Amino acid sequence: MEAVLALAIGVLTASGVWLLLRPRTFQVIIGLSLLSHAVNLFIFSMGRLRPGAPPIMPDGGFVDPSRYTDPLPQALVLTAIVISFATTALFLVIMIAARGLTGTDHVDGREREQ
Amino acid sequence: MIAQNLMLVLVLLPFVGALAAVTQPRGAQRGPAWISGATMAAGLVILAALRGPAGATWPLRASLHWAPSAGLDLAFRLDGFAWLFAALILGIGILVVLYARYYLAPTDSAPRFHALLLAFCGSMLGLVLSANVIILVVFWEMTSLLSFLLIGFRSANVGAREGARMSLIVTAGGGLCLLVAMLILGRITGSYDLDHILAAGAVIRAHPLYPPLLVLFLLGAFTKSAQMPFHFWLPGAMAAPTPVSAYLHSATMVKAGVFLLIRFSPALGGTDAWFWMVTGTGMLTMTLGAVIALFRHDLKGLLAYSTVSHLGLITALAGLGSETAILAAIFHIVNHAVFKASLFMAAGIIDHETGTRDMRRLSGLIHFMPVTGALAIVASAAMAGVPLLNGFISKEMFFAAAADWHNGTWLDNALPLIATVGAAFSVAYSARFIATVFFGPPATDLPHLPHEPVRWMRRPVEALVFICLAIGIAPDAVLGPTLNAAARGVLGPLIPHVSISPWHGLNLPLMMSVIALLAGAAIYFPFARRISEGPEGPPLLWRVRAVRLFEIGLLAVTWKWPRVLHRAAGTDRLQPQILVLVCLALLAGLGVTFGRLSPIGQRAMLAPDLAFVLMWIAGGAAAVGAAALAKYHRFAALMLLGVAGAVTCLTFAWASAPDLAVTQLLVEVVTTVLLLLGLRWLPKRNAEIPGDRLFPARLRRARDLVIAIIAGAATTMAALAVMTRPPGPSIGNWFLRNAHSEAGGLNAVNVILVDFRAFDTFGEITVLGVVGLTVFALLRRFRPADESAGRPAQQTGKAGEIDDLPMLVPSITIRWMFPVLIVFSAWLFMRGHDLPGGGFSAGVTLAIALLAQYLGADTRWIEARITVLPIRWIGVGLLIAGLTGMSAAAFGYPFLSAQARYVELPGIGAVPASTAMAFDLGVYALVVGATVLMLIAIAHQSLRSARQRERAAEEEGEAA
Repeated sequence: MEAVLALAIGVLTASGVWLLLRPRTFQVIIGLSLLSHAVNLFIFSMGRLRPGAPPIMPDGGFVDPSRYTDPLPQALVLTAIVISFATTALFLVIMIAARGLTGTDHVDGREREQ
Repeated sequence: MIAQNLMLVLVLLPFVGALAAVTQPRGAQRGPAWISGATMAAGLVILAALRGPAGATWPLRASLHWAPSAGLDLAFRLDGFAWLFAALILGIGILVVLYARYYLAPTDSAPRFHALLLAFCGSMLGLVLSANVIILVVFWEMTSLLSFLLIGFRSANVGAREGARMSLIVTAGGGLCLLVAMLILGRITGSYDLDHILAAGAVIRAHPLYPPLLVLFLLGAFTKSAQMPFHFWLPGAMAAPTPVSAYLHSATMVKAGVFLLIRFSPALGGTDAWFWMVTGTGMLTMTLGAVIALFRHDLKGLLAYSTVSHLGLITALAGLGSETAILAAIFHIVNHAVFKASLFMAAGIIDHETGTRDMRRLSGLIHFMPVTGALAIVASAAMAGVPLLNGFISKEMFFAAAADWHNGTWLDNALPLIATVGAAFSVAYSARFIATVFFGPPATDLPHLPHEPVRWMRRPVEALVFICLAIGIAPDAVLGPTLNAAARGVLGPLIPHVSISPWHGLNLPLMMSVIALLAGAAIYFPFARRISEGPEGPPLLWRVRAVRLFEIGLLAVTWKWPRVLHRAAGTDRLQPQILVLVCLALLAGLGVTFGRLSPIGQRAMLAPDLAFVLMWIAGGAAAVGAAALAKYHRFAALMLLGVAGAVTCLTFAWASAPDLAVTQLLVEVVTTVLLLLGLRWLPKRNAEIPGDRLFPARLRRARDLVIAIIAGAATTMAALAVMTRPPGPSIGNWFLRNAHSEAGGLNAVNVILVDFRAFDTFGEITVLGVVGLTVFALLRRFRPADESAGRPAQQTGKAGEIDDLPMLVPSITIRWMFPVLIVFSAWLFMRGHDLPGGGFSAGVTLAIALLAQYLGADTRWIEARITVLPIRWIGVGLLIAGLTGMSAAAFGYPFLSAQARYVELPGIGAVPASTAMAFDLGVYALVVGATVLMLIAIAHQSLRSARQRERAAEEEGEAA
């Protein structure tokens, strides 16, 4: 199970990194989004996989932490999801503004000389 | 206890005064001056009070806790030496304030000037009173910064800006050296406490790090006190307004360096290295400074080099380090401050009244301003060391110390000779100042016809000259106890009391004084004409200008070399930069883990679940597909990205993280809509990009594919390596144990976000708000590319083909869903503390509800009916979160400490009510505001270009 998730993270990362290195702004945006999925899953996996564990504690009393999932990576990922949305929005705006200003969607603002 | 508190007040008071002064109205002249004068007067009263009760128990100590874990306390101590310095800072400060009141032009901003002056005064006080060497360096750098602002006070003037920049670079650079020296001291002695360090002199001197420590320490002190070869910033700083020069360059800023030398001489001094470096530099500076001063034509330039020379004298004394030398050094600090401040002020009056400071034009001023002239003559006589004036006595003591035997090296033997030569030149430039400016025929071609200044502008000079005379005639009565207390503060309580008298009988120092006076006259008067007609500098030396060297160096370091480096190794293309970044990250990861971490650990893996495997086959295929299609088929790539996101979301749900699943799902919706909105502004990609199938492009893609596969494999192995090992102790357990008992919540994730780590969340929502505003601001001047500005293909059909009511059924459905979604959002918010949900997901839900309305109907129709003010939502959200955090202070808790309890509401039952909930409300409002702002700002671009088209069509119609 862990191996499947690890492979999934790898595939997401590889796709993301490949897109990150591409010349078109839209490719880079999609790449960043894929990479952020990969990173979120990676951070989340640091808390180890516990399918079927109760996420919410019973009302009152002492709880045994080992019966629950680790809330810390989840809190980290929750904020990361929101922030990666914000960066995507910012990058999108820069992308369309740059396209308006430079007339091209190449990341350097000009086409590569052949 | 009272004394301790008074001492803290003494340091804080000038900063409070600075705040009061800077908030005065813009044109105010009188108010800021009164604030500034009153603050310094209050400081002097406190200082006087501290002298009474504390005299027996010096050093007096007081401290405020700041960061005790790092050995940092705001600790202050007061002994005789610090007391004397503080008295100088405040006493001369008051006179400078009075002088500045009449000096500043109505166009100068008095509130800014006095605020800076007070802040500077506070930093100086902090510097001399610090009991922690790190705090001392902090105050030291503060004086550098404030001196930068004060020198550049008239920032429209190029000279002022350059002088300020130069002084900042030199003194702040020295400050960095000093910081390193203090850190080394802390390492050697194990403490940053000043008393502890001063008591550990023997350990420090024997330590192998002593030589580098000494060099760094001296670099700090020498740059500040304008010792050669760092003296050049001080003449450059003469572009400052005269009150600033009178304050900073006579009594305070430049004295900080010698203060430090004297303060640390018992701990660092007494070695040969100390003697050679400190006394050698001091003597060199003293002599050369005096020689250069003689050849300056600018009045303030002469005074600046004279200051350099006198600072050299004090430095040389600190290098000697004997009891008499230290006493003489302290005494000369006071004397120099008094006569040099009065001379700067007199120079300022002359400049103010005649319009020039050039000594070749000034002449015979005694006829126009007899009183000022007399005062300046007395002060410069004190500078030259004429008997019955204060400069004479400390110079005698300097001669005596120079003539004493110290270590028999050639420098020690030559000291009396060098001292006499330096003193002779000091007499010569004083003579030049008096003779050219005040005597001779009355000048006729001055810019203004000079006359005496207003009475109150002269009062500070009168007071200072009176002090010169008083000290010169009755030194022991005026300063004896204070000086002895100061010397005891430096050298310890056991040194014998020294009585200071103006007359020591016919001895060697007196002989040296007489020789210096005669030689000085003999140097100046025969060559007076040639000096004033010659270049501005001593023969031979004037071509070597330290300033020029500094400027050439600065140009090379900040301009030429970076450009060379950029040409050699830089690129403005993004792809190579990202490539380097990715490769470096890979190498760093490999470097750390290679050979140390086996990819699979001992922890048993979970049995594979077919559904999960199938899900990720789809997800992985979607990711690869998105990568392949993103260039020519953007829409398809976007949909595939959505699939990958959905699979991620399901993974969260499967692995017991419902909070993440909910947030991921909602954010996925918003992200997709966002990117859809952006698609329209990108160029059409119907034809293949030229060269895309050529060999170089294929090669690049192959190279990147290899890198991407390595990166993917590396993350896979890292994830697997971690997941197959048992988890270590996590602070997550603490959160789980305490979420309910401490914060009253059952959903630990939400409790972490809004309570335990609320400060992080606060920072995060601030970032979100900033990004929202940035998006908004970036799009305000958005210009679409021409081909995107037209009507989209879907809208260009013939009239009648477009339905008047597009998507009628979805549109009505969306409208009906609006209240439902609002309730859903409120429900997510309310349950957040105990069940999956919370401010983030609820906020995004409401944003989606609003967004759906935009999708389902015409934008203008919607905006006529719903008014959303996203920027207000952002502001209100941030305010609620911030105020909730601050409300904790009312109960005496730190920022963002939450209070929690359950409240019984009629009809609803027990409802969790905590301040964390209010904080979450702030998060909610901000997320709504920021998300809606981003989406609307992008969506509105279509509307805007539509409006432009309509306007253009109307104009065409009118023209036709």
